[in-house]
Amino acid sequence: MTNIRIKGGRLVDPANGLDVRKDVYISQAEVAAIGDAPADFHVDRTVDASGLIVCPGLVDVAARLREPGHEYRATLESEAVAAVAGGITSLACPPDTDPPLDEPGLVEMLKYRARSLNLVQVYPVGALTQGLEGRKLTEMSELADAGCVAFSQGDAPLPDARVLLRTMQYAATIGYPVWLRPQDPSLASGGVAHDGEVATRLGLRTIPVVAETAAVSTILLLVRETGARVHLCRLSSADAIDMVRQAKSLGLNVSCDVSANHVHLCEMDIAYFDSNCHLIPPLRSQRDRDAIRAGLADGTIDAICSDHTPLDDDDKQLPFAEAQPGATGLELLLPLTLKWANEAGVSLVQAIGCLTSAPARLLGLSVGRLDVGARADLCIFDPALRWQVDSSRLRSQGHNTPFSGLELEGKALYTIVGGHIVYE
Amino acid sequence: MNRDPQIDSNGKLVHLLSIEGIPRDTLIGILDTARSFVSVTEREIKKVPLLRGKSVFNLFFEPSTRTHTTFEIAAKRLSADVINLNVGSSSQSKGETLLDTVANLSAMHADMFVVRHSQSGAANLIASNVAPNIHVINAGDGSHAHPTQALLDIFTIRHYKKEFAGLRVAIVGDILHSRVARSQIHALTTLGVSEVRVIAPATLLPSHLSKMGVQVFRNMAEGLRDVDVVIMLRLQNERMNGELLPSAQEYFKNYGLTPEKLANARPDAIVMHPGPMNRGVEIDSSVADGRQSVILPQVTFGIAVRMAVMSILAGQS
Repeated sequence: MTNIRIKGGRLVDPANGLDVRKDVYISQAEVAAIGDAPADFHVDRTVDASGLIVCPGLVDVAARLREPGHEYRATLESEAVAAVAGGITSLACPPDTDPPLDEPGLVEMLKYRARSLNLVQVYPVGALTQGLEGRKLTEMSELADAGCVAFSQGDAPLPDARVLLRTMQYAATIGYPVWLRPQDPSLASGGVAHDGEVATRLGLRTIPVVAETAAVSTILLLVRETGARVHLCRLSSADAIDMVRQAKSLGLNVSCDVSANHVHLCEMDIAYFDSNCHLIPPLRSQRDRDAIRAGLADGTIDAICSDHTPLDDDDKQLPFAEAQPGATGLELLLPLTLKWANEAGVSLVQAIGCLTSAPARLLGLSVGRLDVGARADLCIFDPALRWQVDSSRLRSQGHNTPFSGLELEGKALYTIVGGHIVYE
Repeated sequence: MNRDPQIDSNGKLVHLLSIEGIPRDTLIGILDTARSFVSVTEREIKKVPLLRGKSVFNLFFEPSTRTHTTFEIAAKRLSADVINLNVGSSSQSKGETLLDTVANLSAMHADMFVVRHSQSGAANLIASNVAPNIHVINAGDGSHAHPTQALLDIFTIRHYKKEFAGLRVAIVGDILHSRVARSQIHALTTLGVSEVRVIAPATLLPSHLSKMGVQVFRNMAEGLRDVDVVIMLRLQNERMNGELLPSAQEYFKNYGLTPEKLANARPDAIVMHPGPMNRGVEIDSSVADGRQSVILPQVTFGIAVRMAVMSILAGQS
């Protein structure tokens, strides 16, 4: 174990409300001190962080690692390397692998494989129903013992409201949250784009806003009924955000996140059938995007995630509707969040909070904060470093990004996991 | 893909993928060129050597009779070599991707692809991935666009009505699924007709049509009042009864073009249909075959318009 001194950086730790210029000392995988060096601290390595931001390692609540089942698209290793290059030290992966994460053995294997890489910490989200088929409950307690932090359907539909009710009751019984991406499967059936101006023009089949709001409405009523803890994933519409804002003001136990893609893009970005803009949920109107940004600023939306979905060229080089939905995102999460904060005039503490303390709270983990004596997961980034997104140079095996060519500011320079510098 | 792939950096039309984005002057230029080809098609020797030595590949991923045939005739009258591929029945069913099929055909030195595909955006995808000397003509992609159909429709309107300004045009039927309607709307609004109306039940209308510069009518008699041009759209069999419409009979009652409904239009109004027609579903035979119908001339003009498009694109090589 090396003793590391991080010198001269601006320390931003939203969980502790810190934004100060202080050194950080790391020893034995833990944060040894903040400010002055502990007595007898022998520095093995000094990281000069002057001009840089030192913050807790980022926590991403949705990143697909493609194992098991889709290794030709990406592997745990390729994506773990991409994650730490993006400053991410903890991530939750949805259960929509092949087979889905509905068996404790699969979860244990994934955890084991991730641990042996010694890069990013992986927290699987277990399948809510067996095979994600929306009919039978999974062994949630067993899955939780194996390491699942929450339960979800991923993007698979759960059309039966009674099963949904039961999953909430059961998850609440064992004390785990249910994560749901709200979308009524019948109203969304066959759709690939927002029911708006662009889909009208391009002749694409649509997913109307009501597919999201009808589902949010059902879920909120069931939350009131069951008292379950529910997290709403990837909200896309102004109306759904309004519903969550109101539910929160009534004291309902709900939280929500958005993907970094939806903070910046809208239906117009599809332009001439750009399949990199084929996302789930669909990119909606400019008004919806503005509402997402406002919802983040006022705290209605808890966290920003990458919704990382690495795909290969063959998945995307197809007519828009046939192309696989999703975008690679691990390496863009930080700069896209900083871009929003800059444009919206939101403080760095608040913006970093959407990537650290808030997602950690959703996961029920003590990560995403810098406490003396706690595990040392850190991200050190240059907020002013300008770089241009070149999809072919991303470390992720998936080069599918709608942001190719965009100039961004901010890049992780060092990522520390468990006291080790795993990226620099 | 944030630039219109059919127009190059010098503003020249290098593919024909959609009417949207094509300037008015270019549209008029195509119509003028087509007019000169009408006389060719009426001559005894119906050939000109403009595309001699060029290979035109008709790439139909979806069945079509009329469009396929008229493209073939148009290419042959321009002296091109025409290769017909019904891809739906070969490569694609063997799992080859669309772009692999196109790459293979490009290796056979194709000069032009005429593409029909069931997916919106398929022609755009091909155009964005072919070598710069290859031209792509969209012969219909999903519900997106059917630009040569719209061009022959405006050619027909111009032939009978002379000027576009001051015209009221009504498009009736399944707008939601219609690539023809979308292309017609772009063409008519670009050419500055005074009013484009669409007439359909709410189940057959896309949500944001008014953004395309049209007036929406649910009632056919109101929608047809004083129009100069009535364009009927084909209603696909599979949509006649189900969640969109209760029955072909009820559709005909409300939206079928009968002499009584047509009487709301101007007395000199023309009636058009892109074909193939469903007599007794969207149009009454007495109207389809009546004095105001210009449905057969549309087909004839279609050849001249497709010759014009092919020769203009080939001229940009």
